[in-house]
Amino acid sequence: MSDHNLNAQQYWQANLRLILGCLVVWALASYGCAILFRPLLSGIHIGGTDLGFWFAQQGSILVFIILTFFYAWRMNKLDEKFGLEE
Amino acid sequence: MSQFTINLLFVGASFALYFGIAFWARAGSTKEFYVAGGGVHPVLNGMATAADWMSAASFISMAGLIAAGGYANSTFLMGWTGGYVLLAMLLAPYLRKFGKFTVPDFIGDRFYSRTARLVAVACLIIASVTYVIGQMTGAGVAFSRFLEVNNDTGLMIAAVVVFFYAVLGGMKGITYTQVAQYVVLIIAYTIPAVFISLQLTDTFIPAIGLFSNHTESGMPLLQKLDEVVRELGFRDYTADVDNKLNMVLFTLSLMIGTAGLPHVIIRFFTVPKVADARWSAGWALVFIALLYLTAPAVASMARLNLLSTIYPDGPTAQSIEYAERPDWVKNWETTGLIKFEDKNANGRIELYNDTPAFEAEATARGWNGNELVVNRDILVLANPEIANLPSWVIGLIAAGGLAAALSTAAGLLLAISSAISHDLIKGTINPNITDKGELFAARISMFIAIVVATYLGMNPPGFAAQVVALAFGIAAASIFPALMMGIFSKRVNSKGAVAGMLAGLVSTLVYIFLFLGWFFIPGTASFANTPDNWLFGISPLSFGAIGAVINFAVAFFVSSMTEEPPKEIQDLVESVRYPQGAGKAIDH
Repeated sequence: MSDHNLNAQQYWQANLRLILGCLVVWALASYGCAILFRPLLSGIHIGGTDLGFWFAQQGSILVFIILTFFYAWRMNKLDEKFGLEE
Repeated sequence: MSQFTINLLFVGASFALYFGIAFWARAGSTKEFYVAGGGVHPVLNGMATAADWMSAASFISMAGLIAAGGYANSTFLMGWTGGYVLLAMLLAPYLRKFGKFTVPDFIGDRFYSRTARLVAVACLIIASVTYVIGQMTGAGVAFSRFLEVNNDTGLMIAAVVVFFYAVLGGMKGITYTQVAQYVVLIIAYTIPAVFISLQLTDTFIPAIGLFSNHTESGMPLLQKLDEVVRELGFRDYTADVDNKLNMVLFTLSLMIGTAGLPHVIIRFFTVPKVADARWSAGWALVFIALLYLTAPAVASMARLNLLSTIYPDGPTAQSIEYAERPDWVKNWETTGLIKFEDKNANGRIELYNDTPAFEAEATARGWNGNELVVNRDILVLANPEIANLPSWVIGLIAAGGLAAALSTAAGLLLAISSAISHDLIKGTINPNITDKGELFAARISMFIAIVVATYLGMNPPGFAAQVVALAFGIAAASIFPALMMGIFSKRVNSKGAVAGMLAGLVSTLVYIFLFLGWFFIPGTASFANTPDNWLFGISPLSFGAIGAVINFAVAFFVSSMTEEPPKEIQDLVESVRYPQGAGKAIDH
């Protein structure tokens, strides 16, 4: 296997790891904090209701924005590192 | 000046702006017109994507559903934003690298099969037509109020306007027009919300006002709202849901549907670079979030305002007399979207939750059933009137609502007509068709689509945002899994992909039709659409997520039983994974 091919494989593995990490955060914010774990977080009060309600109506959206920008920034760095940028 | 004239002025001015920009951009240079998508900065592209994306469902309908459902309907907020995370990481950069222009193009090439391409076209058309039904429902509400006519008449007028808007076509492709539409839309949504937030909470930013104190009572706004709705027999606004499985599946269905909708994906084909596709998804989400962070505030404040209009002295005191009802109730009564029936003949409007659990209390108060039925789709449009805001704010929201409904409906009609004329007729049935013939086929299919959508929009299978949610379920079950497997697996072959798409599509459609009527024709449902009848408590709106799982499972199973895809297809998959240089890597 040539170096270039190996390089490309490492790049793809790094991308998959990054995606997996981001998806874990994505799921924790929305399905976790906002829905499934809401009863566990009910002790934390925020503006007349609990943290789970805030995550469901606002928090998860803010997390999504941070995630997409974080992914774009990391991937563009990765493109450079592996010399795969356009 | 009457409210009607002011509405006309705002709607007219906003349309003049869109046409003006379209004309200016077209006149500037022909070249600019063609590369509009290619030369546009990711921020502007994100704004245009947001305008394309936010339809009648987001603008007109969503806050009304959240107001009625409270916490349980937060699914719409998470579902319609979380999909962009999937889009940015799982689809957009790779489809951009692939470099073709339509979703059936990618599926046809990746699965080296005309059948796969045809199935993808069918999925796209079914999802888009369902989506248009939802848009027409919303556009009908906006037109009926704005022209002060009955809802069905409003829907017919909307159909004619949308048809001409879509035939004018070219406008749609111009990114700058969409940027202007976004600006109108977001201003129209935000300004009334700011006013109302100031009235209720003394807080300038609605998203913060939602979690602030209610000025009048001094207690947190959400607590106040919980207290008011509880007095009238409704569930607490912030109450947790019992069926978490359904809530999770519904959110998931909306998220993967977002990433599978062809008219959203297509925007990422036209950015200059793969890196820009990633940034564009982020910017689109920022601009969408501006509306989505305001929507829950609009929802809770509108619910509170509505109930304090009906019960001026609090929910435990007497309600208002019908003769003294405010003008907005009269206005919406003419559209047929607010209905009043004086069941206990006391001349007052009693609005409460008519359930067995609350019956004893209702009887004690001399009530004989809920008397006011308010269509949930009117809440956002009626919101400024309910809060007694100046008439220019009401005109503004009419302009914004129409912009949202028309731009998305027209965009979808274009997507449907190009799928039929380009992908189906030219691509498969008759490759020798003339340009004139292709254009004719496009117009005919647009016409048929709008007639079908208008007919079904008169008795829609749900409120605008719910119908649109069905379209997302269909896209989630059919298109998203095929695209994702096409990028992330080299092993899935044409037989697997076709079987998967068909299994996902058919299972989801059958489940939806069983409860909402076959082909959405009113009165043909096999079972009543109630939680008791649902399989494991999964609503038809949530089934798209199950359909997607079925799609993945069938595709992997069939692929593992049949041959590997050819070498050149595996190389193609390899090449879409790398922004550049991948081509060289394959040549080694």
